This record gives sequence, structure tokens and C-alpha cells, in this order.
Amino acid sequence: MATKAFQKIYTKLSNITKATCSLKASGIGYEEMALVDGREAQVVKVVGDEVTLQIFQGTEGVATNAEVVFLGKPPTLKVGPELAGRFFNAYGEPIDDGPDIEGDERAIGGPSLNPVRRKQPTELISTGIAGIDLNNTIVTGQKIPFFADPDQPYNSVLAEVALRADADKIILGGMGISNDDYLFFKDRFTNAGALDKIISFVNTFNNPSIERLLIPDMACTAAEYFASEHNEKVLVLLTDMTLYADALAIVSNKMDQIPSKDSMPGSLYSDLAKIYEKAAQFPEGGSITIIAVTTLNEGDITHAIPDNTGYITEGQLFLRRDTDIGKVIVDPFRSLSRLKQNVQGKKTREDHPQVMNAGIRLFADAMNARTKRENGFDLTEYDERCLDYALEYSEKLLAIDVNIKIDEMLDTAWMLFAKYFQRHEIGIKDEIVSKYWKEVKKSD
Amino acid sequence: MTKGIVTSIVSNLLTIRVDGPVVQNEICYVVHGEEKLMSEVIRVNGDTTYAQVYESTRGLQVGNEVEFTSEMLEVTLGPGLLSKNYDGLQNDLDALSGTFLKRGEYANPLDDGKKFDFKPLVSVGDHVTGSDWLGNVTENWIEHKIMVPFKMRSAYEITWIAEAGDYTVEEVIAKVKDKNGEEIPLTMTQKWPIKLALDVYKRKPRPDRLLQTGVRAIDTFNPMTEGGTGFIPGPFGAGKTVLQHALAKNADADLIIMTACGERANEVVEIFTEFPELEDPRTGRKLQERTTIVCNTSNMPVAAREASVYVGMTIAEYYRNMGLKVLLLADSTSRWAQALREMSNRLEELPGPDAYPMDLSAIIANFYSRAGYVELLNGHEGSVTFIGTVSPAGGNLKEPVTESTRKVARCFYALAQKRADAKRYPAIEPLDSYSKYLEYPEFESWSKENIHENWVEIVNRAKDFVRQGEEANDQINILGDDAVPVEYHVQFWKREVIDFIILQQDAFDKIDQNCPIDRQRYMMLKVINICDTPFEFDHFEQVNDFFKKVINLMKQMNYAEFESDDFKKYEQELDEMMTVTEA
Repeated sequence: MATKAFQKIYTKLSNITKATCSLKASGIGYEEMALVDGREAQVVKVVGDEVTLQIFQGTEGVATNAEVVFLGKPPTLKVGPELAGRFFNAYGEPIDDGPDIEGDERAIGGPSLNPVRRKQPTELISTGIAGIDLNNTIVTGQKIPFFADPDQPYNSVLAEVALRADADKIILGGMGISNDDYLFFKDRFTNAGALDKIISFVNTFNNPSIERLLIPDMACTAAEYFASEHNEKVLVLLTDMTLYADALAIVSNKMDQIPSKDSMPGSLYSDLAKIYEKAAQFPEGGSITIIAVTTLNEGDITHAIPDNTGYITEGQLFLRRDTDIGKVIVDPFRSLSRLKQNVQGKKTREDHPQVMNAGIRLFADAMNARTKRENGFDLTEYDERCLDYALEYSEKLLAIDVNIKIDEMLDTAWMLFAKYFQRHEIGIKDEIVSKYWKEVKKSD
Repeated sequence: MTKGIVTSIVSNLLTIRVDGPVVQNEICYVVHGEEKLMSEVIRVNGDTTYAQVYESTRGLQVGNEVEFTSEMLEVTLGPGLLSKNYDGLQNDLDALSGTFLKRGEYANPLDDGKKFDFKPLVSVGDHVTGSDWLGNVTENWIEHKIMVPFKMRSAYEITWIAEAGDYTVEEVIAKVKDKNGEEIPLTMTQKWPIKLALDVYKRKPRPDRLLQTGVRAIDTFNPMTEGGTGFIPGPFGAGKTVLQHALAKNADADLIIMTACGERANEVVEIFTEFPELEDPRTGRKLQERTTIVCNTSNMPVAAREASVYVGMTIAEYYRNMGLKVLLLADSTSRWAQALREMSNRLEELPGPDAYPMDLSAIIANFYSRAGYVELLNGHEGSVTFIGTVSPAGGNLKEPVTESTRKVARCFYALAQKRADAKRYPAIEPLDSYSKYLEYPEFESWSKENIHENWVEIVNRAKDFVRQGEEANDQINILGDDAVPVEYHVQFWKREVIDFIILQQDAFDKIDQNCPIDRQRYMMLKVINICDTPFEFDHFEQVNDFFKKVINLMKQMNYAEFESDDFKKYEQELDEMMTVTEA
């Protein structure tokens, strides 16, 4: 962002904290951008003629006589078709040595979509991963995070899902990701020959943490441009939203706000909702789907960040290492896609919802049997069958490396039902069982 | 009119220096270029007024002018409210232009030009007072009563009444004169401030009759009454919203007001899409015709979120005064409490537990107390039944919103993560949940007459079977399948029959999703009969096998059309099994 001629320059800061500074100025708009000694800053408080600025890069080395210039506009992004294939920082400036974007300048964090203009999301996004397509089907216009511990391969799963999903644009918002992960995304997308449909806004963890606050709005503003004006199917990837929330907490703390649960700001729910609710199915056919990552601390989902996220998003996907098969699986119990019923059995085969439920219920029986075994009790013959079933169900369906079509997933499930169970044990409507049940030789 | 100047801005909280009198909670507009942004006065301190802006404050400046209205936030009441989709401030969302919401754009709640067929119910010379019925218009399928404005509390005499015919909501349809002889013209619309309970009625007796919801875990196990209050707390993913939608579709109410308060936009879109298509089983008309939606989704301005629940309640009270049975649903009251918290925080008030404002429980109690079964001044009866959801942080029910709500709501439908994980939907935990109405002698005598002579006793016995079964299950888990008497397994499986056949219900199956009370009674008697039957088995595996078959057959009954051939076929198969196995 360059300064323009004839702008008033202020040179007297009255107050400097770790993230903010204050000065006397007049005619300043709320949320307006400014430059403090060339560093990007934003107005967060105006009291009388005292203006408080949040300096994104931090205040280290800022002097009380630093030059302050107000830019007269909120943070913006220049949008245009040439965004495709490019990499940007948190301010929307290219970091890939490419030319500047010549486009229409838009304020980020724009207004919400009128709910009556939204369309019901009803288009399936298939990923080939049965833990998602079979049990937790994702739909365009949906927002769903991966809940994962930091040691799980969430970023590679995210990249895989993005590449397999059939989207017109993929927008990556990287917040506090490691430089290695940034390069991984870049290589993975380049090698897949998909670079021309990828747009990245990246804040690595070498960059100042407060800058992260701009990333989701940048990504969503670009997404809105392609989805709303070009009617494209846009997939937004946000990783890692936990680091975004941490940055919110830092700012709120510096602003002397009373923290609520887990030292998070009281407005955390609204702050996260503003981002996630950008996911939408537009009336003219475009859509924004958001797949995010929220890292957990030892699987604790009661922490304020995953908890508020869970209330906002349309489900969540849990990754877990299944030690029996030695692979990462999509946990069938704790994962949920809330919009799956919009497509299951409607856009997919009619038996889909019941097969999904029966498959998981039997897997739950297996887990109970396992608890029994661990406690040293004898297992019934049914328990044994459940355990055998669970092993094969994990291997053939839940594992993250599965890549098959949905009909194949359903057929696999029916095959497993018939292999291990009697018709009355699977609890599916008679008319469906009669149509799809395939008798196979029981394994003894 | 009082005017003011903005002196500070922090997020959506402004301080304004004013030049005249202001009213607590009055509406004012911040002038910013062409835009006028609606705000509400929330605190006054000398000549400094604090106001919360119902919109984004981006770009506002110190020195912006503010115009005060001296009126509190009011809803507009009149024919045409039904089937509308409002935002939290009662703007007609369909009437707003553009795909995105524009700041400072507001839309009239009622259609100015639309004509309604007015039929007078009073004549010149009649004496009337606030809430008396002046006439009828037909709105969708209900007889919408045109009432003397509720604010007119004294006695009036009708001096002129319009003839039967078509009128718009703005046309004068009656004239009355007050005791000073002054004539007042009346139209079909009136206004009421949302924060004040609409208390124009004779009395509020204790509720006595069931409000059918079609959900067995509610109607049978923990019944809701007409004019009752209840709440549904549950962690995310436990099915709160699916349950609320099921209630909105199937509840036996004349009309439904749904308040989507700080929740997901796609959930509201689902209603927008489905309700115009789905049929109301009672009238054969579309569900949308009996539904009004007030929606402030989580990304819409926070301050209007608080207003949205009050807007919904006031509209519900308005229809109640027409002698109608109204069901008000709010999803989720926690988001409303969070909006209060955000503002309290910005006002730098001393925080209560979890940083919520200290008066949170008073605010919640005050809101729930607006529901009820009422006898109107004219002898007719109407009701507002209120069911709210609560989203407890971390699924922990020991948090301020849940605790404050528990003190005032009479029904508690606890959604359990464990049941949700096991896909036992609806995930209403049968023993933790309660309905105080089961203890009401009024409800007991009503149920004797209308459901079954021993209904309450049967329900309580079923709960005992569930309790016993759970105790038995604990023993089995501790001691092992073999080490407990076979009888324990029987007890456990009787519990499972109740769980699978009564408590669980498939909200996505077109038959099972709605279970009328006659059918509930039939199945309940069948289940209790099985529970009362003594069985003898040699081995616990036989028990498992037998009951799994019982459950499978009864589940097929639940899926079949009531008393259809299929239904009877499964029933016969079940009865045969029972006679063979009985001890």
C-alpha cells in the first residue's frame, strides 16, 4: 500500500502497547487502514479525537514520533480473473514475483448474503474417501472443518481433498502454517497441474501473528468474486483456524476486553461465524464451500475454539489413527456432515442413508465388544463377528487412502453385511434389504 | 426531536452527546453519508448516551450526526405476517433488493398494497377496549382478527365501522371515541414494543392439555402442553436443529413462529426451501402458510440477534390474542445470551459467571414467562408454547445459560452426546430429561379423558423399566454376560425395546417422522405389555436373539402406515412370537 500525495501526516503517538498505538487525529473512519512507519495498521477504537490503531506486524521498534498516514479505506483486495495461479500475503500483495493485480478494489469482510437469496446446497462434492463420501457426504456451499491433533497429516489430507473435488477455483488461506507446509501445498498443486485454478493467501509462522486476522477475509473476498460474479464452484481451504483464534485472543487481550471461556474473546462465536458463513450456494449457480482445519489439544473438543466452531460449521471431520490397521481413518462416530441428507439417497443411490447408519451402528457394536474383551470378559459369537467386520470395514472403507466411487462404497458395505451378519441383524427396512442383500458364504 | 453527535466508536457501541431528552431503549439513527443506521439506546450517563448499532460500524466517524425517534423498537402487527421471512428487526427479507444485505436498507414488514377481505364483528355504539375484536380477515387459512390496538387500555365507543369489503392494511376500518369524546381512526395495523410482554388478557391458568408434536420421546415420555415452556440443551451434533425442525413440521399448533437466532444460514434456507413444498398434515395446505420466520443468522449483526427473539415472541402473542394456538421456537437462546455478553463487555460492566451479564437469569426468566395458556378478555382462549434450544459451551450443562433456563422452563429435553454417537435419534436422554407437566393433576385428568385412563401411570412405569434396564446393564458391564442372572439380560433388553420403539424415531422417514398420539398410545401399550411379560430363557444369547427379532418387527411396524396390511402383518408375526416364548 503506497501513500498518496497531500495526505495529512501525524507524528505524535500518545500510547504504544505490544499490538496497538494511539494518537490524536480527526475525521477518521472506523476500521480504516493506516500506515505507521510504513507498517499496516487498522483503526479499532475512536474516542473523541483519540484514535487507537492495531499494528499488524507488532509495535517492536515503533517510535513515538513515527509517521502515521490514514488511507481513508478499510482493508481491500484487488480482484480479477488474473488472481488465479497467484500467491499473496495477508495484505493481498503478490509474494510470487509476479506482476501486481490490476483489478477492481474491494473492501474485505463485506456484507452478508441475504438468507432468502441463498439456495439450498444440494450438489455433491465427491472426494473418493469413503469416510467422507459414504458416511459424511460433503455438499457445495457447506462449511466443515477437520478436527485434528497437530501430529496428524491434516494438511496433506486437505490438499488431497481439494485436488480430488471437482472445483473451478481452490483458494488456500494459510494461517501460521510452516514454511515447509506452504512449499508442500505449492508443490502438490503444481505437480497435479492444478496451479492455474489455485489462489493462495499465506501467512507462515515466520510472519507476524496478528496479520493472520486478515487471511480468511482475503480468501473469502476472492471466493465471493469468483462464485458470485463468475458463477464458479469455489473451494476455500483455511488452515489452521486455531491459530487465527489465538491471534484474536491476543488482540482482545491488548484491548483490555474481559475474556470468556479459555481466555478467548466473548465475541469468538460471531467472529468465526462471519468467516464460515461466507460459505453459500448462490442463486446463479456459483458456490463457496469452506473446508477448514482446527487443530485440537489432545483431542479436546470442549475447548472454546473447536466448541464454537462445531456450533457454526455444518459438521466436522475427525481424523484418527486406527492401530488395528495402522492407517489414518475418518472417525465414524465423532465425524458428522450435517448437509449429507440433502444428497444421500437423493443424488446418490436410495440405500445410501440406511447403509451408512447400519454400517456405523455395527461398527459401534464392535467397539463395545472390544471394550468387553479389554475388560477380560468372554465374547459372544455376535461380538466376534462384529470385531471381524470392524477390521475389514476400517480397511476397505474408513481408511483415508481409499479412493473409489460412492456406488462401490455401498456395494462394499453390503458385501461386508452379508459376510458377517444375518438380514435381521442390520436393522434396515425390509424393502431395501430385499433389493440389495447379496447372500455370500459366511466365513467361519 | 433530540439530536446528537457521535463521540466514540468501539465495535458496534457508540457514545453520543445529545442535546435533549432521550428514552432508555429508544431507537436512533446514525447519519453516515446517504446511509442511516438503526441503533438502540442502552445506557444514559449525563448528556452522554450509549447506543448499540444494529449494523456494521465500518467507516463511521466521530462527529457523525444522530437522530432520535423517542420510540422503542416496535413490531408492526397486522394481516400479512404469516409466511413472511423477517430479519431480527422485522425487515421483510424478500422485499430487500440485491443478493447481499445493504447496510441501512430497511423494508416494510407488511405489504402496503395488498387487500384483505374485512368482515366487521362489531356495530356502531358497541363499547370496546384494547385487544377487542373489531373484525375478521382471512389470512391464508386462519381467521385473522383485527383488534383494537393493545395500547388503548381504556373504554371506547365505536362511532363508525367499515362495511365488509377489501381494504389495505393502511386504510381506516373503524373509528372509536374515547371518554372525552375525541374520535380515533383505526386501521388493520398496530404496533407494540418488543421488550414489553403483551399482557392484555383476563388470566393465565395452569396448562392442562397436550401439545402434540408427533415426536414420541416428547409426547409420550415428557409431554409438552399448550402454553408450556421447554428447552433443549445439547452439544453440537446432538440433533437440536433436526429436532426443532421436526417440531415445526409436525406440531399440532395453529401456527408456528420460528426464530433462527445466531444460527447457520443454511438451516434457515432448508426451511425456506422445504416449507413451501411440505404439506401440513392437519390442513392439507403448505407448511409455509402457517409459519413466520424471524431470522438473524450468525453472520448478521449481533445486536439484532437479541431483538430477534423478542420480535418472534411479540408476533406469537399477537396471534395468541386471536384465540389461536401458537408454537414459538427459538434456535438458539445461547446465541442471544452471547449477544448480551458482547455488549455488556463493551459497556465494561462487571461480569458475572463466564463473563455473562449479572442479570442474565432475570432476562431469561422474564422472556420464558411470556409464554402461557391464556383466557382472553372476550372469553376465548389462546396459547403461546415456547421451546428454545440452548447450546452449552463444551456440552457442559453447568454453564450460566443452561442453569438460568433450567430454573424457568418446565420441560427439559437433554440431548446426550452418547446417544447421538450411537445414532440413537432423537438423542433425548430418557431419564435426565423431564416434563413437570407429568406431575400436574390438570394434565393427568386431561390425559385420562383423552389418551388412556392410566396414561401417566403407564408412562412412569415405562420410565422405571428404562431405569431398571440401565442398572441391569451396568451390572452386566461390570460382572460380564455370564456372571449375571439371565433375568438381568431380560431387563436390559426390555429397556432396549422401549428405546428402539418409543424413544428412537427416524426424522427422515416419511411415515415414522410424525407419530400421532393415537398411534403412540397403541405402540406404548404394546411395548408395556412386552415389558410386563415374564420371560424365561436358558441362556443370555437366546435373550439377545429373541429381543433383536422383537425390535426388528416393531421397527418395521413403526415404518409401516398405521393399521395398514404391512403393519398388521408384522404385528401378527410379533404376537405369534410372543405366545411361543411366554413363560
